Amino acid sequence: MTDIHALKVELSSEIEAANDLQKLDEVRVSVLGKKGRITALMKTLGGMSPEERKTTGQALNVLKDEIAALIKSQEAALKKQEMEERLATETLDISLASRPERKGTIHPISQTIEELVTIFGAMGFKVAEGPDIEDDWHNFTALNFPPGHPAREMQDTFFLPEDPREEGEKAKKLLRTHTSSVQIRNMQETMKNASQDGGPPIKTICFGRTYRSDYDMTHTPMFHQMECLFVDKDVTMAHLKGCLTDFVRSFFNLDDLPVRFRPSFFPFVEPGAEVDIGYIKKPDGSIQLGKAKEGDEQKWMEILGSGMVHPNVLKNCGIDPGTYQGFAFGTGIERLAMLKYGIPDLRTFFECDVRWLSHYGFDPLERPNSATGQ
Amino acid sequence: MKFTLSWLKRYLDTDKSLEEIAEKLTAIGLEIEEVYDPSKTYAPFKVAYVESAEKHPDADKLKVCTVRTPDHGLQQIVCGAPNARAGLKVVFAPDGSYIPGLDITLKKTAIRGVESNGMMVSEREMCLSDEHTGIIEVDDQYEVGTPMADIFGLNDPVIEIGLTPNRADCAGVYGIARDLAAAGMGTLKAIESAEHKGSFKSVINVKLEDEGCPHFVGREIKNIKNGASPKWLQQYLKAIGLRPISALVDITNFINMAYCRPLHVYDADKIKGDIVVRASKGGEELEALNDKSYTLDAGSITISDESGVLGLGGIVGGTSSGAEEDTTNIFLESAYFDPARIARTGRDLGVSSDARYRFERGVDPEFTKPAMDLFTAMVIELCGTEDTSVSEIVEAGAPISWAREIAYEPDYTLKLVGMDVAANTQKEILNALGFSIDDSGKTWKISPPSWRGDVFGKADITEEVARIVGLDHLPSVSVIHDGAMPESAETLLLSRVRSARAAMAARGLQECVSWSFISEAQARIFGANDNQVSALSLQNPISQEMNVMRPSALPTLIEAAMRNEARGYGNAALCEVGPSFIGTAPDEQLMIACGIRSGSMYDRHWADKDAHRKVDLYDAKADALAALEAAGAPAANAQVRRGAADYYHPGRSGVIALGKNIIAQFGELHPGVLEEMDVKFPIVAFEVFLENIPKSKSKGTSKPMLKLEPLQPVTKDFAFIVDEALEAADVLRAAMAADKKLISGGDIFDIYQGKGVDEGKKSVALSLTLQPKAENLTDKDIENLIKAVSDIVEKKCNGVLRG
Repeated sequence: MTDIHALKVELSSEIEAANDLQKLDEVRVSVLGKKGRITALMKTLGGMSPEERKTTGQALNVLKDEIAALIKSQEAALKKQEMEERLATETLDISLASRPERKGTIHPISQTIEELVTIFGAMGFKVAEGPDIEDDWHNFTALNFPPGHPAREMQDTFFLPEDPREEGEKAKKLLRTHTSSVQIRNMQETMKNASQDGGPPIKTICFGRTYRSDYDMTHTPMFHQMECLFVDKDVTMAHLKGCLTDFVRSFFNLDDLPVRFRPSFFPFVEPGAEVDIGYIKKPDGSIQLGKAKEGDEQKWMEILGSGMVHPNVLKNCGIDPGTYQGFAFGTGIERLAMLKYGIPDLRTFFECDVRWLSHYGFDPLERPNSATGQ
Repeated sequence: MKFTLSWLKRYLDTDKSLEEIAEKLTAIGLEIEEVYDPSKTYAPFKVAYVESAEKHPDADKLKVCTVRTPDHGLQQIVCGAPNARAGLKVVFAPDGSYIPGLDITLKKTAIRGVESNGMMVSEREMCLSDEHTGIIEVDDQYEVGTPMADIFGLNDPVIEIGLTPNRADCAGVYGIARDLAAAGMGTLKAIESAEHKGSFKSVINVKLEDEGCPHFVGREIKNIKNGASPKWLQQYLKAIGLRPISALVDITNFINMAYCRPLHVYDADKIKGDIVVRASKGGEELEALNDKSYTLDAGSITISDESGVLGLGGIVGGTSSGAEEDTTNIFLESAYFDPARIARTGRDLGVSSDARYRFERGVDPEFTKPAMDLFTAMVIELCGTEDTSVSEIVEAGAPISWAREIAYEPDYTLKLVGMDVAANTQKEILNALGFSIDDSGKTWKISPPSWRGDVFGKADITEEVARIVGLDHLPSVSVIHDGAMPESAETLLLSRVRSARAAMAARGLQECVSWSFISEAQARIFGANDNQVSALSLQNPISQEMNVMRPSALPTLIEAAMRNEARGYGNAALCEVGPSFIGTAPDEQLMIACGIRSGSMYDRHWADKDAHRKVDLYDAKADALAALEAAGAPAANAQVRRGAADYYHPGRSGVIALGKNIIAQFGELHPGVLEEMDVKFPIVAFEVFLENIPKSKSKGTSKPMLKLEPLQPVTKDFAFIVDEALEAADVLRAAMAADKKLISGGDIFDIYQGKGVDEGKKSVALSLTLQPKAENLTDKDIENLIKAVSDIVEKKCNGVLRG
């Protein structure tokens, strides 16, 4: 029995002395291998008396388990040590740049349009579309601009050659001066598809490029507009005010943004109104949208034109103005974007300067949605 | 439209302040553009007295004056004006005041060693005139301290409104006064015009031969004396930016501005025979009073006599018959002209005049005679002599018929605009604006006045009521969606636009918005044929660089890349989703997502030696596929083949198609195009035709059931030697067809030419994924597969399996 105890002490120190995995394995083989020392002792059990075999056998089995456990823990310790030694040599320069990736951007006009779709979508409006190259009838006459009327000259129109495939005002091609032409297409389309008792409500928004022959600090020959149209039996100018107020407050994220209606004139609405939003001028001359606090002067800036759809316009689209009425408004997308995002110069929107696009552009993964409030 | 406060008060009895009036004007639709109060500019300048003027000790032309000033006691002023002398009353500008004519603020100074405080000013320095030979000499009647503004009539605020084209009646001060009175800002005074009977028959008769002038009233006035008009009249005209000319001309301008009634005065002695209003014959000449000469097309309304055209009716008069300083006998024209005709002639000839502005908006057809009488009274008052005599009225034609009746229910205002305005209030407003109302029935019969040619229907009546009550009384009612959840607001196309844009930006492209018009040369390079160029050319472009609607957005993006590169920002990767045009019909205007990559893909990178590589067609192909996929195209089923537009490199470009339907094209730009555009760096491009993408057939949102194979897939690599012209995808397609059940995927992982491969051949290395279904593959199975693959590639592609 003393042999076994002595053996245990001896083997333990051998295991402890094995300072790498290879040596440890040699120890394991020399002790527990086929010809190992414990294995050899096990073989002697056969020549013992049953009494002796029982006690020695038990003692040897305990020894074998203990030694195996010791080897295992020594192995873990050695592996850990080895890993630590390796890690100590494995250092990379973390100051170096990671591999290149390009990050694209979304243009502020697109961003603004997506925001507007989100806001008006929540109010139940749907998007309508129409062409950039329009004809005189859709852009002017149907919108109650009689031929030769000075109101036509309020908008410097780009003209294209007449289209020989068409006749009259529809042959007179031009670049649309406003997205209001889409109202006409939209209402005509609705009436064309209307079943017996179909027709309005029409509740649409549209976006797109518009063109006027004007190029200076504050005008570009191409710009973007948004148009909103809501026709039904009982849509009043009060709905127009509510819709616009909700829209600008949501868009600019200002709950108390003051909104002011002023009578004005656009041939396709009656009554017509221009809409101003409130701002204050800060001491440094910059503009801050919002309600003036006591002591500040409430200033106003015009942001859009609006009104109740003119009965002649409804008639021109085959809608009975005796039954239906509605509102329409139009606004400039760039202007909204400039005000919301502090972009100072209209012309820069179209210059495709990568510095500008990087600075004012938007992350393609951060798209407006109604869950985040745009 | 400009006017002054005191001019307004000639017609409006009011105790309201300038601020109240200005605010109300905006509130009723006569939007204030500017209120300029000159008395503020001129406030520092007051009358002073020169006590002494001595020669400057060191300068011959300068004088040292001692001046008694109202607020600064005695001041020493060095002055170079020749008329500076003792005993003179002058206009004194103190130190610290801003001199408008010099654009400086005065500071205490020393001139040639003599201290000088403030200055004595000339008319030019005060922006009164160009007079600068000496300082202003103030009449002795004015006390020291009298504000300069009082002496020169500079205390009358000038109001400018932005007049909307429907409100011709407010192109006269009187009309503005009427609107203000209706809005509670005072009482409108009646127009005082007494009828002049006339004492003789004019020798000049009028004939109307053009229906563009339905009514003409004229009158001869003899023996008058023209000259400068009185100061009050000159001040009105100057304040609104008109130059006083002579009493006769100033009176017509005054009546035009006051009542929106253009008139014209002829020197009666210069008219040969009768006046005929007729259409111009082509080629007639006119020397006009605006110092320009015009050659007339046929069809403009002219006022003519036996000698020819005297003037363009309603637009501009001619010099041959105009009233001048020495005119003693005049003939006055007060006529009505058709707005559309005036607009057309004015636009064709490019003449803007105060007369055209009013006639094309529509003047009051009933005011021709009252205007004549107003004019007559003013001429007698300002130019009359003992011998002045006035003819009877010469009249041709009659006022156009303008009267109409509008049926209106007073509750229509509530129905249309949502404002509840009491019937009585509505009546008061409409009456004040000159409308007459028959309210005997439930439906009112409303007659608009002759000056409101813009009011036709009940919506117009409602507008009058609403604007005068004020839109600040308009209630606000939210528009809410009438279902529980809003449906999708986007159209299919807009969804595609949005998704394609996001996909392109996510791949590193920067979205641009560029002009829809390009130069003709570029339009041709990018595919526009002769017919398209002529159909899509702007008649009145901003410049020749922007005169044809673009067949593609690529040229504007390429130019943008060049501009960026020139600024030191090369390697631009740009995209755009916008219209391209192949014709002018709605279905010839296409929505295209496109983009370019230029120069190198990335800057050099320490860890990625390939980062700085030049962009190539595979970059553009990936962009196109990403945009297509995002836009909902079945990109996996699409074929890639040759056939891109001519502006792409013929060997390094392709189209992505579903059968015959081309949904995208991509590739390197044609080197010839780059050369023509003077591009010095490589460019690859792609265009995705969003509208060509077929509508998704699947209905519903459910995805097919996911089937997971229980057994592990195995990959097996092959390399085949094939002809170098053969497309690698053909080899892969052939190989994958060897066992469609077993082979679940495949990729090409290497293309090799060079040592070990014969000239004209290439090695295509494939990796096939084998997915066992029922039991694991045996060596035998794999051997069979290898044979099947090599057999079929040999058969279809003449390929030889490499050892």
